[in-house]
Amino acid sequence: MIFPKKILLLGSGGLKIGQAGEFDYSGTQAIKAYKEEEISVVLMNPNIATVQTDDKLADSVYFLPLTLEFATKIIEKEKPDAIALSFGGQTALNLGLELESAGILKKHHVRVLGTPASVIRDTEDRELFVKRLRQIDVKTARSIATRTVTEAVTAAKKIGYPVMVRSGFALGGEGSGVVRSEKELKKKLHEVFRSVSQVLVEEYLGGWKEVEYEVVRDAADNCITVCNMENIDPMGVHTGESIVVAPSQTLSNTEYHYLREVAIRTIRHLGIVGECNIQYALNPATSDYRVIEVNARLSRSSALASKATGYPLAFVAAKLSLGYKLTELKNSVTKKTIACFEPALDYLVLKVPRWDLTKFDNAVTQIGTEMKSVGEVMAIGRSFEEALQKALRMLNIGAQGFTAQRNGNFAFKGYAQEIREPTTRRIFALAQALSAGISTKKLHELSRIDPWFLDKMRRIIDIESDLKKAKRIDESAMRKAKRAGFSDAQIASIRKTSPDAIRALRKKLKVIPVVKQIDTLAGEFPAQTNYLYLTYHGTENDIAPSDKHVAVLGSGPYSIGSSVEFDWSCVQALKTLRAQKFGTIMINSNPETVSTDYDMSDRLYFDELSLERVLDITEFEKPKGVIVSTGGQIPNNLALPLAGHGVTVLGTAPHDIDRAEDRHVFSKLLDTLNIQQPGWTEVTTPAAAKRRARELGYPVLVRPSYVLSGSAMKVAYDEKSLLAFLKHAADVSSDHPVVISKFIENAREIEMDGVAQNGKLVIYAISEHVENAGTHSGDATVVLPPQRTYLETIRRAKGITKDIVESLKITGPFNMQFLAKDNHLMVIECNVRASRSFPFVSKVTGHNFIDIATKAILGVTVSGHYRTVELDTVAVKSPQFSYSRIRGADPTTSVEMGSTGEVACFGDTYSEALIKSMMAAGFRLPKKNILISLGGEENKIKLLPTIQKLSEMGFSLYATEHTADFIRSHGMKCEKVYKVQHKGSPNVTELLESGVLDLIINIPVRVKDAIDGFIVRRKAIDLNIPLITNRQLAEGFVTALSETDVHSIPVKSWAEYRE
Amino acid sequence: MKLYLEDGTSYAGEAFGHNGPATGEAVFATGMTGYVESLTDPSFAGQILVCTYPLIGNYGVPSPDVFESSRIHVAGLVVSEYSANYSHHDALQSLDSWLKAHKIPALTGVDTRAITKRLRERGVMLGQLNRGKPGAFEDPNRENLVARVSPKEIRVYGDGPLKIVLVDCGSKENIVRSLVRPGITLTRVPWNYDFTNDEYHALVLSNGPGDPEMCGPTVTHIRTAMRAGKPILGVCLGNQLLALAAGGSTYKLKYGHRSQNQPCIESATGRCYITSQNHGFAVDASTLSSGWSVWFTNANDGSVEGIRHSTKPWRSVQFHPESSPGPTDTAWIFDEFLNGLPKQIRI
Repeated sequence: MIFPKKILLLGSGGLKIGQAGEFDYSGTQAIKAYKEEEISVVLMNPNIATVQTDDKLADSVYFLPLTLEFATKIIEKEKPDAIALSFGGQTALNLGLELESAGILKKHHVRVLGTPASVIRDTEDRELFVKRLRQIDVKTARSIATRTVTEAVTAAKKIGYPVMVRSGFALGGEGSGVVRSEKELKKKLHEVFRSVSQVLVEEYLGGWKEVEYEVVRDAADNCITVCNMENIDPMGVHTGESIVVAPSQTLSNTEYHYLREVAIRTIRHLGIVGECNIQYALNPATSDYRVIEVNARLSRSSALASKATGYPLAFVAAKLSLGYKLTELKNSVTKKTIACFEPALDYLVLKVPRWDLTKFDNAVTQIGTEMKSVGEVMAIGRSFEEALQKALRMLNIGAQGFTAQRNGNFAFKGYAQEIREPTTRRIFALAQALSAGISTKKLHELSRIDPWFLDKMRRIIDIESDLKKAKRIDESAMRKAKRAGFSDAQIASIRKTSPDAIRALRKKLKVIPVVKQIDTLAGEFPAQTNYLYLTYHGTENDIAPSDKHVAVLGSGPYSIGSSVEFDWSCVQALKTLRAQKFGTIMINSNPETVSTDYDMSDRLYFDELSLERVLDITEFEKPKGVIVSTGGQIPNNLALPLAGHGVTVLGTAPHDIDRAEDRHVFSKLLDTLNIQQPGWTEVTTPAAAKRRARELGYPVLVRPSYVLSGSAMKVAYDEKSLLAFLKHAADVSSDHPVVISKFIENAREIEMDGVAQNGKLVIYAISEHVENAGTHSGDATVVLPPQRTYLETIRRAKGITKDIVESLKITGPFNMQFLAKDNHLMVIECNVRASRSFPFVSKVTGHNFIDIATKAILGVTVSGHYRTVELDTVAVKSPQFSYSRIRGADPTTSVEMGSTGEVACFGDTYSEALIKSMMAAGFRLPKKNILISLGGEENKIKLLPTIQKLSEMGFSLYATEHTADFIRSHGMKCEKVYKVQHKGSPNVTELLESGVLDLIINIPVRVKDAIDGFIVRRKAIDLNIPLITNRQLAEGFVTALSETDVHSIPVKSWAEYRE
Repeated sequence: MKLYLEDGTSYAGEAFGHNGPATGEAVFATGMTGYVESLTDPSFAGQILVCTYPLIGNYGVPSPDVFESSRIHVAGLVVSEYSANYSHHDALQSLDSWLKAHKIPALTGVDTRAITKRLRERGVMLGQLNRGKPGAFEDPNRENLVARVSPKEIRVYGDGPLKIVLVDCGSKENIVRSLVRPGITLTRVPWNYDFTNDEYHALVLSNGPGDPEMCGPTVTHIRTAMRAGKPILGVCLGNQLLALAAGGSTYKLKYGHRSQNQPCIESATGRCYITSQNHGFAVDASTLSSGWSVWFTNANDGSVEGIRHSTKPWRSVQFHPESSPGPTDTAWIFDEFLNGLPKQIRI
C-alpha cells in the first residue's frame, strides 16, 4: 500500500439540524486512524467546540469557512496529496464535489480517499442513481427528475398524486415532502428551485416499513453489513425524526437477508470504498421493496450503528480508504477476531429523536420527511419495553418513561389527530390512546406503525395498570415492572409514594439491575470490552467492579443550549483523569458523541443520566468520586441528589452548587457581597405579577417554572403582553412560581469563564457579546479578547468574580454573565460548571480550561500565570442557526436560545475574524443588492452611518416605506418597496421572490413586530437569502465588510495564530 | 421451569410451548433472525437451543412450505424474552402454539447471556428443561442422530438429464431448493442408502446432526463414488464425511459454531465471506492426505471451513451456502459446482 503523505480532512462545520455531533465522532476516529499510520492530517473545520479540532490530534487545524475559496487556498498552501470527504457529513461531501468539479483536486494532484468522486456523484444525483441501480435489477421508487416547475407538474401527473418531492444534494431531507395536489406542488417548488437545481418527483411509499443497512466495503471487494435498523415510524417520517430500533424487529429471516443481499449487490456495483448507508422501503403486506437512497459517507445512522454494535465504523472506513482490506483489520472490541464480520447483538437499541421546537413560537410541530430534531438518545435493553422507557427518560424533557407521567405536558387533547398526522409527541399520544383502550388495529390504521410495536407499548400500559391495582408489590411484580423499563420514580408515581421508598423496597426484594457488556459477538468469543449497559433481564454481571475509578457524567442528548461543547468538556476531563493515572468511567446516553467512543474511557456505561441509574452504577462501581461539572445542566442538577445519597461529588460542594442555582439564595449572596443585579421577584398569581411588574418597571423578563407551551422565557413590554403570556404559556401557582425580573435595555453583555480552586480564582477569560442584552448568550456573537470593554470594567468584573468564587468555595469550572450599562456592572447568572464557551476560550487563549479544572478538582496545584486578556489575535464565535428547518419560526434572536450550534474563526483584526466567523456559519457575503427594513426611529438613526457605508461601497439599496424615506432624506439613493400587505408595486414580496437580493437587514422594533416583518424574515430563510436582524451585528458586519478585502484574507492555521 | 446443566447450574424462568420436560445437549446460537429456520433444521436434533438474541417470536411462524424440514428438530428452546405478540403478513400462528403442536418445551425470562458464557467457557454441556426435579441427563450424541432425522424413502425432484444424488443426512430444504433447477434430476436418498450402483453424475452430501463418525455406511458409499471419479459437493456434515472418506479425521469443537456472522477466507483468493453455520464438529486439517487442501478457513478461530481436491472434482464446505437462516453470500458455491460439472454430463 502506498499511503498518502498528507491528508486534508473536511469537517462538517457548525452543528445544525440534520448535521450534528455525529461528525465530531467520525472525524475524530478518522484522524486517529490516519495518525496511527503516521500520515500528516490537515483538518478544516470552523466548529471550535469539537474534539477533532483539539490540539495534538490533527497536525494542523484551520478554523475557516467550508467554502470553495478557502478550501482551495488551504490546498495551495498545505499541498496535501489526498483528501477525505466522507467524515464531515453532507457539507464536506458537497465541498469535495465542488473542489473536484472546479478542477482544484486535479490541478494540485490531490486524490480522493475511499469512494471516488464519480461514485459519490452517482449516489447524489437521483437520475444517475436510479440508472445505476437499474443496471443490476435493484428497485427504486418510480421517480422523475425535473428541473422546472412545469416539468415537475407533468411528472406528478404521470406518477399520480400523492407524490413525494425530493431535492437533490440536500442534507436531512430539506425541501422534501409529500404533495397531494398540483396547487400544492407549484407552491412548494417555487421555494425549492431557488436553492437547488434538481427536484425529484417520486412514487409515494407512505406506510411502508423503513429499513436501513450500514454497509462496509474494501477495495478488494470484501463487503459486509454491520447493522440493520428498522424505523418504528414508517415511511413518510424522516429517519432522523423516527424512533429507530436495531436490529430490525419485525423482519423475517428472508426479508432481513434479502435486503442485505440487495445492499451488498448495490454497494459493490456502485463501487463504494469505506462506509455507507442504504435505506429501503419495505411493503408490509408483500415484502416488496424499494431502495430509497445510498449515502456514500459516514452519517447519523452510521454513528448510531457504530454505538449500537460497538463496531468503530468511522475508524474502519478511514483505514479502508488507505487501501487496507477488511481482513487485515482487527475487531477492536474483541482484539482477537477480525473486522470482517457482522456484529451479533444480544440486546436491542432504540434511538429516539430529541426536538426543541417549543423554544420557537409558532413552529410547526408536525414531523414528516424533513428533519427537525436537534439531537437523539440511544437506549440499550434486553426487551423492547425496557429500551423504550429508558430512551424516553433519556430525552430529558420531563417524561418519566412511556407512561405514568408526573408532568402534565404528556396528557393532551386530540391525541388521535397527532397519531394520524405525527407530531413531535406522537409517542406520548400513543400512550394516551393505549390507556384509553383504543385497539391495536385502530392505532395501526391511524399511524401505520407495525402492530408488533404497538402491542409492546400496550404491554407497558397493562403493567402500569397491574401495578396500580396490586395490593402490594412483591418480588415478581417488581421484577416484571423493572424488566418493562419502569423507573423507581415511575412506580412511585403509580403507587403514590416516593422514589426512595420504591428503591428501598426494590433492594429489599433483591431486584437489582445487572451490568452487561457489548462485545459485538453476543458472547461467542471472550472480549475485553469496556462498553457496558444495565438491564433487569439478567442474573449475572459480566464484570467485577473497578478499582477506585472516577466517573464523569455526560451531557445527554444534544438540544438547543446543550450541545457538542459539553461533550468536548467531558472528553477533556477523561483525558486529564487518564493523564493523572485515574481509571475512568463515562456515563452518557447520546450516540452522537466522542465521549462514548470505545477508547475514551476505561468503562463506558451507555445508560441513563438519571439519579436512579447513576446510583445503580455508583453502588456497583464504588468510584472514588463523580465529576458533574463538565456535562452541562443535566449532571449539574444531579449533584445535590447524588450527594444526598452518599455519592462523593468531586469539585465544588453540591451544597454550594445549589447556592448558585437557587435564585433566592444567590440573590441574597450578591446583596451581601454588594454586587448589583437586575431587580427581580417571584410571583404565584397573575395579579401579583401585574403589581410587581409595575413596581419593577417595564420591560420585564418573565420566566415561568412550568411551561405549558411555547418558549419558557419572554420579555414583556407592557401589562397586556405580560398577562397574555402568563395566560397562554405558563401555569402560575404556588407550585409553579414565575420569576419576573427587570429587563435592562441597551445594556452590553460580558461573560466570564473560569476555573477556581478552593475558592480562589485560577484562570479566567473574559469575552464580550456583539449583540446587546436581549439576545440569549447562546445566540450571541462573542468576541475574545474583548474589543470594546474598558479595562476598568474588566478589572471590576474580575473583582466581582473573585468575591463570588470565594463565597461559593468553587473548585472547578464556572461561568458568570454580566450586564454592563453606563457605569453599572450587574451579575445576571452564575453557573458552577463548565459552560458552552469553554472550548472557545480554551482554544483561543491556548489554555485548556477543562484540563486545569479537572486538575483543580483532583487537588493538583494549578495556580500560575495564564495570559488570557492580552492576546495577539482576535477570535469571534458565531451562532449557527437552523431556521430553514423550523417552519413557522421567526428567525430573530430573543432571550430564548434558538441556535443549534456555533463556529469560530481567528483573525489578525476583529473585522477579519467577524467576517470569517459569519461566513463559517453559512452567511454569504453580499455582492450587489441589499434590502433594508428598520423598525422604529432609534434603529434608523443609529444605523445611519452603517447605511452610509453600504451606499459608499456601491451596494444597491432597497428599503421598505419608512426606511426608504429615511434613507432618501439623508441623500442616499434607494429603491422604495411597499410592504407585504400593501398593494403597491414594487412590493417586497415580488422583490424577495425575484431572487436578486444578496442580503436583508431587517431590524424589528424591540423583539417582535408586526406580521409584515415576520413575513420578510421568514421568506429570507425559506428563499435562502442572508439575513441580519440585530442592530449591533449589522453595524459590526458592515464595518468589517468595509475594512476587509475578503479575497485577500490570509489563510492561517490555528498554530500560526498562536505563534 | 428451569434449565439444568450438567455442571450443576440451573436457570429458572417461565415455560412456554409444550408443557413437559426435555433433555439434550445445550448449545447456543447467535443469529438475530431465523428462529423458524433454525428450529426446523435437522442438524439441531437432540439439542436444547439457547438463543443469544433476546427477543424471539416477533414475526410468528409462517406456512410449513418455507420450513427447513417438516418438523421442529430441537429438543427444547431457551430464550430471554419470548414475544407473545407477533406481527407479519406471512405468520399463521405464534411460536408458542407451534411449539405446543410439536410438543417442544421452551423457557423464557432467563439470562441467556450468562448461559452462553458458561457454555463458551465450559464447552457444550448436557442439559434439560424441567418443571420439577431434574432427571438423568441423556447424551443425544450416543444415538445415531443422522439415522433418526434422515428420511426413510427416496424422493425424486425434476426430470432433467443431469442426475444428482443428494445424500440426506438431515438435509435442510434449502439445499434441495438450491439444487432443483431445470435440466436436473435430484434424487434425495436416505443416509445409508447405497446409491453407488444407480445411474448418477454427481453427488451432494447434506448437513446433518451429531458426530460424523456415526455415519460409517455413508463414508463407505462416498469412497465408492470417489473411486468412480464422481464430482462431489459436501455441506456441513457433508464436509466432515468427505474428509473422513478421504482418510482425514474430525474432532469435536468446544462449543461449536452456531451463528450467521462467521467470516471465512477462501485460501486461493483471500476473499472473505460472511457465512451461516451450525456445527459442533470440525475437520482436522493436519490429517488431510496429499491432493487435498483447505479451501476456506475460519478467520476467527482458524478452523477448517472447507476442503478441496487439487485434481479431482471434490469439494465441501463446513458452512451453509444455502443459508436460511443467515447470509446468502456463498450461494455461488452451488452454481460453481453445477457449472463445473464436465460438459458431457451437463449436456
